[in-house]
Amino acid sequence: MRRIGPGVAISALLVALVGLAAIWPGLLARADPNAVEPVDALLGPSGAHWFGTDQLGRDVYSRVVHGARVSLFIGVGATAIALLLGCLVGMLAAACGRLVDEILMQITDVLLSFPGLLLSLLVVAVLGPSSTNAAIAIGLSSAPGFARLVRGEALVIRQAGYVRTAVTFGAGRARVHLRHVLPNAFAPLLVLALLSVGAAVIAGSSLSFLGLGPRVPTAEWGSMLAQGKDFLTISWAMAVFPGLAITVTVIAINIVGRDLQRRFEGRHPGGTF
Amino acid sequence: MARSERTATASPLPTAGRALPTADGAQPSAGRVQPTAGAGPLITVEDLRVTFATRGGPLAAVRGVSFTLSPGECLAIVGESGSGKSVTARALVGLVGAGGSVSAGRLELAGQDLRDLRERDWRRIRGRRVGLVLQDALSSLDPVRTVGAEIAETLGNHRLVPRAARAARAVELLAEARVPEPAVRARQRPYELSGGLRQRALIASALAGQPSVLVADEPTTALDVSVQAQILDLLAARKADGEALLLISHDLAVVSRLADRVAVMYAGALVEEGSVEDLLRSPRHPYTRELLAAIPSAHARGTRLAIRRDAATGPAVTAPDAAGCRYAARCPLVQARCRSAEPEPVAVEAEVGSRPDKAGPRDTAAAVAVAVAHRAWCWRTDEPWPAPQAGPARGRVRRADDVVIEVDTVWKSFRGPDGSRRPAVRGVSFELRAGETVGLLGESGSGKSTTAEIVLGLLEPDDGAVRLHGRPWSRLPEAARRPDRHRIQLVPQDPLGSFDPRYTVERIVGEALSAPGRRAAARRRDRIVELLGLVGLGAEVLPRRATQLSGGQRQRVAIARALAPEPEVLVCDEPVSALDVSIQAQILDVFADVQDTLGVAMLFISHDLGVIYHACDRVLVMRDGELVEQGDVEQVLRAPAHDYTRALLAAVPRLDTATFA
Repeated sequence: MRRIGPGVAISALLVALVGLAAIWPGLLARADPNAVEPVDALLGPSGAHWFGTDQLGRDVYSRVVHGARVSLFIGVGATAIALLLGCLVGMLAAACGRLVDEILMQITDVLLSFPGLLLSLLVVAVLGPSSTNAAIAIGLSSAPGFARLVRGEALVIRQAGYVRTAVTFGAGRARVHLRHVLPNAFAPLLVLALLSVGAAVIAGSSLSFLGLGPRVPTAEWGSMLAQGKDFLTISWAMAVFPGLAITVTVIAINIVGRDLQRRFEGRHPGGTF
Repeated sequence: MARSERTATASPLPTAGRALPTADGAQPSAGRVQPTAGAGPLITVEDLRVTFATRGGPLAAVRGVSFTLSPGECLAIVGESGSGKSVTARALVGLVGAGGSVSAGRLELAGQDLRDLRERDWRRIRGRRVGLVLQDALSSLDPVRTVGAEIAETLGNHRLVPRAARAARAVELLAEARVPEPAVRARQRPYELSGGLRQRALIASALAGQPSVLVADEPTTALDVSVQAQILDLLAARKADGEALLLISHDLAVVSRLADRVAVMYAGALVEEGSVEDLLRSPRHPYTRELLAAIPSAHARGTRLAIRRDAATGPAVTAPDAAGCRYAARCPLVQARCRSAEPEPVAVEAEVGSRPDKAGPRDTAAAVAVAVAHRAWCWRTDEPWPAPQAGPARGRVRRADDVVIEVDTVWKSFRGPDGSRRPAVRGVSFELRAGETVGLLGESGSGKSTTAEIVLGLLEPDDGAVRLHGRPWSRLPEAARRPDRHRIQLVPQDPLGSFDPRYTVERIVGEALSAPGRRAAARRRDRIVELLGLVGLGAEVLPRRATQLSGGQRQRVAIARALAPEPEVLVCDEPVSALDVSIQAQILDVFADVQDTLGVAMLFISHDLGVIYHACDRVLVMRDGELVEQGDVEQVLRAPAHDYTRALLAAVPRLDTATFA
């Protein structure tokens, strides 16, 4: 096993911290993120309010910490949806013969040709704005990429000797694909999934920046950034800290993801998952 | 410490060149060293040691190897994989690899000290003074460049030929390496050439710098016998031209065709060296004897090839400070002394029968000095070798009516890259009866594997039919074939690729018992252990993954797995061609045992005549998709009727038992 570099260690720590904030925000920020205090509106960072306050006097630090839950929910949820849908479509395309493959891949190609954000906007416009719908929208828009990857992996693994051998034992198509192809295609997929969590966090924040995320007053980094930009001339802190939260989280996730990718490179197919 | 004493005691025993001091130390390094007989060795290696730093501590890959190589001479280093033979060869060109450190008492090329050379000095030696030919020509040649450009690069590196003349010289070199239509081939890329042509192109590029030494590392291992013969002839011609040749091989038969002297390596050290005749006629070290006994051939028919039944012989452990003879763990002649003291070289007299007195090897040195010294590093050189055990009797009474598989004029073609259909199998018919082994012999591309896949029901024939017990087997919907799938099982050439990388041995075998899940496999553990027992493996391999097994163990697991569904037919597709000869011997014994106990029919595909001869009752000879000859093994291989079979037999490098026995 490779040694863990300092950058990766710090990133992993940050990802863990964001995770902790999402699961148990009260541990990191005691103040109520929705407590309005008009007297203290638009203050800069201070001992009482580490990241300052917003236009209603709410504690920005507390809102950033509590906002982690929604942002991560959208990021992880969207990725899980994309992974599930992608595996399903990709495996069906690989397993069910040329016609099914052709149809599913044509649909996938059409979806891939849309810009992801546009597709998500469309879905949210249909389903209505909420954090669950945002996750579904982003998941749907990134599923085609996963589907293509799964299909490609599956087609390669299907040529492997162990798949051919399984056929000689009398294993059927479904058993071969579930027992051998999918599990072996999954390893490289998991790494890509971790990397796409970062992208999904950004996409989720973009949706709520446009007002298509969770409803106010729920603390969410994208919507906080949207509000902060209106008061940028009065208080820089209100926009900078949610923005930093997004940036730092995504970079940390990507660094950890890339490190994992390097560790599992060359172990394909299979490795020791 | 004992090892350096070895080299000290070695010096009073002069070999061909070692007796002469290297007086040609002042030889100019530029220009080709002219082969002048008696000018002393071109390469002198004394006490070469190569150690690799690994996670588990230092690993001694080469432990004190000494040899010399003179112009016009061929020295072969023989050993199994992991014996250190390749590393020894690579030390001569400064390419032992990352983490390897080389030390030597002497390491000289035409008098020039090669120890502590810098990388740029090495570059002047590689290709220019020492040419290197590797086994795998496809990965040794750049796929995106033409063969001609590849050779021209070597010419350019050493500034031997003006730029304008390089392309023409490359074509000349290809012609020199006996490539037909060299001008056409020079414009082709490696993947457009056949294996034999690629190997010749690689030799042409090794010859480009007109080196005085050619190091060939398994140059013919992946090639068909007829192509192998051509490459060996080509190398022999270089030798005749005065080039010194260091041949690395695991195949004693190949070596016997080309080498003047042979050095046998085991676990990083020489165990025996001598002229090729002496070594093959009267091998003294138990390891050499084991290697020779393991070669499947006519005389070994009906006997066991390996000296042991189990699979316990892993690669030799080479801890730097281990005491005693490294071979002791495998040796059937082992004594207490072998385990405590490292043996010293014992000179062996050339004549069979009159063995040198153990007390005075030096007394015989004078007699031996005339010829090439034959020495063995062993305490037990004059012990008789145990006679081979009788194996399961070949040619048992078969029920002639019990036809399991019937292949009836089967045709199969594939679409080639230019869209035309190329026939792979053309009207092949044969029968496979219960309890018999039928060999399918042919060179690569002859349609052997396609035939196997059709028998397995993995490919549909275009025309003709395969019948299983008289019922149709080919051209069935998969669902109708599935209930009978277990009757025909495959033993693949590459067992590693046939195992799901995530599976343990327990699950690999369990899968064939329709219990691929972890818990399901654990419930069938008794049966799995029983199957592993059939192939000589213990229960301790159950939790291991395929990558944690040795090559021989993997093939045993593959056989156990194929036996799990209680098949009536085993299709074995080149099951031993990737294995060392000693491991191959064990696996062939396993096949013989399995057939003896279970009475399965076997279709045994191989390109190796010796293997076919040893393992089969009947043989089918295949060429260009057609069966050109078939019949009883004895009959076909002793008195071949077809020209092609005769040509195949003639091309086989063999240890001629008439000459050497």
